Amino acid sequence: MRFSVTSRLPAFPLADRMIDLKNNAQLFDEMWGHDSTLRDAYANFNNWLEVEEPARLRKKQTEAERLFRLSGITFNVYSKDDKEKETERLIPFDIIPRIISAREWSRLSTGIEQRVRAINAFLHDIYHRQEIVRSGRLPIELLTHNEAFLPKMIGVSPPGSVYTHIVGIDLIRTGPDEFFVLEDNARTPSGVSYMLENRATMLHMFPELFSQNRVQTVLNYPRQLYRSLAKCTPAQTDNQPTVAVLTPGTYNSAYYEHSFLADKMGVELVEGHDLRVVNGRVAMRTTRGYKAIDVLYRRVDDDFIDPLNFCSDSTLGVAGILDVYRAGGITIANAPGTGIADDKAIYSYMPEIIEFYTGEKPLLKNVPTWRCNEPESLSYVLENLADLVVKEVHGSGGYGMLIGPTSSKRELAHFRKKLKANPGKYIAQPMLSLSTVPTFTRAGLAPRHVDLRPFVLVSPRGVDITPGGLTRVALKKGSVVVNSSQGGGTKDTWVLED
Amino acid sequence: MLGKTAGGLFWMFRYLERSENTARLIEAGQHIALTQPASFGDEWASVLKSAGSYASYVNHHGEDILHDRAIGWMLRSRDNPFSILNMAAAARENAKLVRTALTREVWEAVNENWLTLRDALARKVSERDLPDVLALIRQRSAYVRGALNGTMLRNEIYDFARIGTFLERADNTARILDVKYYVLLPSVVSVGTSIDNVQWQTILRSVSAEGGFHMTYGRDARPREIAQFLILDKRMPRSLSFCVHKLQENFYYLYTGSESHLLCHDLCDQLESHTTSRTIDEIFDSGLHEFITNFLQSLNKLGSQTEIDYRFHN
Repeated sequence: MRFSVTSRLPAFPLADRMIDLKNNAQLFDEMWGHDSTLRDAYANFNNWLEVEEPARLRKKQTEAERLFRLSGITFNVYSKDDKEKETERLIPFDIIPRIISAREWSRLSTGIEQRVRAINAFLHDIYHRQEIVRSGRLPIELLTHNEAFLPKMIGVSPPGSVYTHIVGIDLIRTGPDEFFVLEDNARTPSGVSYMLENRATMLHMFPELFSQNRVQTVLNYPRQLYRSLAKCTPAQTDNQPTVAVLTPGTYNSAYYEHSFLADKMGVELVEGHDLRVVNGRVAMRTTRGYKAIDVLYRRVDDDFIDPLNFCSDSTLGVAGILDVYRAGGITIANAPGTGIADDKAIYSYMPEIIEFYTGEKPLLKNVPTWRCNEPESLSYVLENLADLVVKEVHGSGGYGMLIGPTSSKRELAHFRKKLKANPGKYIAQPMLSLSTVPTFTRAGLAPRHVDLRPFVLVSPRGVDITPGGLTRVALKKGSVVVNSSQGGGTKDTWVLED
Repeated sequence: MLGKTAGGLFWMFRYLERSENTARLIEAGQHIALTQPASFGDEWASVLKSAGSYASYVNHHGEDILHDRAIGWMLRSRDNPFSILNMAAAARENAKLVRTALTREVWEAVNENWLTLRDALARKVSERDLPDVLALIRQRSAYVRGALNGTMLRNEIYDFARIGTFLERADNTARILDVKYYVLLPSVVSVGTSIDNVQWQTILRSVSAEGGFHMTYGRDARPREIAQFLILDKRMPRSLSFCVHKLQENFYYLYTGSESHLLCHDLCDQLESHTTSRTIDEIFDSGLHEFITNFLQSLNKLGSQTEIDYRFHN
């Protein structure tokens, strides 16, 4: 057993290193750095860890699962083969926290704020004058040939000019000061309930850790979310605005999160069939008749939100809501059409987008990206396929992607064919060595790769970033796929006070 | 409050109540089966009828009522919508739907009820384990009730939860009386025979009322007194009067919180006066069976009218 919890973590064995053919860079562990020197942010935590009984920790790890099961924080898995089979699963939780120093966080959050402001300015621009296209910085095809671009939003100005009220920015790290944005989530980012439940569970199981470490709280998120949404009410009202959360229903995989957020905000959780348009307003059916909604935090995709305007067979939305929206009768959060900003083809233009709207250099780096629709890039990608990660432009959840370094020759050949047949469908990125954080495994603690999704709230008042976010961890040894649908777990994320 | 939420609460608590009552019915049935082996077949038929699972049983297994099968049907059959296992799942589904209306304690109690019963009822329950499993079912519903009483604000959310509970409970007690009314009828021949005594005890047992009855009326069970206890006693928490009174109370709270007078309020008042305005002798004189049949019909109507008046569906 290499990583016993009682002894310090030694340098990582070669087998556990991530395959990094390109740079052969040293793996970076957030607790032990490049060279097994304990990093400052983890000093207090390590004192605690050193005297903890492994048996007690193992028990706590089991207890955590019971707590999660009880709270009902499960996600639904659709099983085609067997309807009787268990369809609710837990995302594994790892009790070892991921710790970020105040200094690191302050740099990160400044970069995130810059990026989110640029995204909102970009959205406003492309649905109005499209200056960025006129200036020649963005090819018009990226908008016109993009399903995420909604022509119905052209000329529409949402209250306070806020398009993305809630954003999740996916970050990866490769060194002490090296952070990259992997993806922007500008539609309906999920996972914030895990951020909150992870913290609540840690507070419950290890209260002593929180008296020994000064960890910035994340538990204000629901209140901030409510305030942020309430600030975006469509018309000036004296009354407290009526906010509601729209869910596709109890069978949706993120239903727990929808009900959790509505509950914590103290607002109604509605489904399409609870709503209808009454006197030019979107209203919900209460026991005493219909009541108008001012701000709707929708967790339903653009395509399904309005059967009159989009998908006509959808039962998840409200017929006519888009017309009410355009007339200023309701605020929809996030605004329809924001998906264009997190499109993987647009992603590769983010550095230009940030510079164009803020006049500043981007503080957070993009992962270098080859657009396979460009002939030069394509030939580079085809030549170096074994070293690259290739993703579908419109894919999500880690599906349909190729991880070159871990793929067989046959898989590579197969993918090469797909690339040639339809290059515009793909982008490629180098294989970065994602940082690791010690994680509980059967054999003790071992380094596992992580990413980070901080959650950002935007209102006319400004940008609010919750200190921390959701850390996803690839539980399989050597794996860099953190998606819960593919064996990923989560960790509590600490941002220390100064 | 959303109409859908009111409906979810109403049904969630109906399922919980019925599931607990079904456990009690199985317990009473098992008791009589073990102590009076001669009356086997008949007894399980009437237990199934009281639990509202008879028609579906016959449909599925045929007329032959077998002890094991009857218990399995009510406990854990996936094909019986009113099996305890299915009802635990349905209660939880409704709780999920109305999660924002519940305290964390209530939600967790309902969730744990399902998690526990899912495991306990995953396989066929042996005769040896049956008492423990039935006890577990009742214990779990007691947790839910405790969490509800101890943590929920007394507002319209609570009112709909209570209306579901007492509508279902009144229905369950009335159905037990409906199935067994004939043993309560005065008959010169069989009064005081041991068969009747067993039947009377079973009725009391299936509403957890043996102790309460003996405290009130002494050791000797008399049919008229049993009927009086189950129909008219205002302090017996499963009697028709008690339930109807609670319904009236909760409808009244809903009414005073709003401006409008609804049809369901009238139906509830009518039901209350119909149930409590007569003595037990008058009820017997005008026909016990008719009384119970009418009661069940009015209760049913009240339930449907509530769904309409409070916009559960549209």
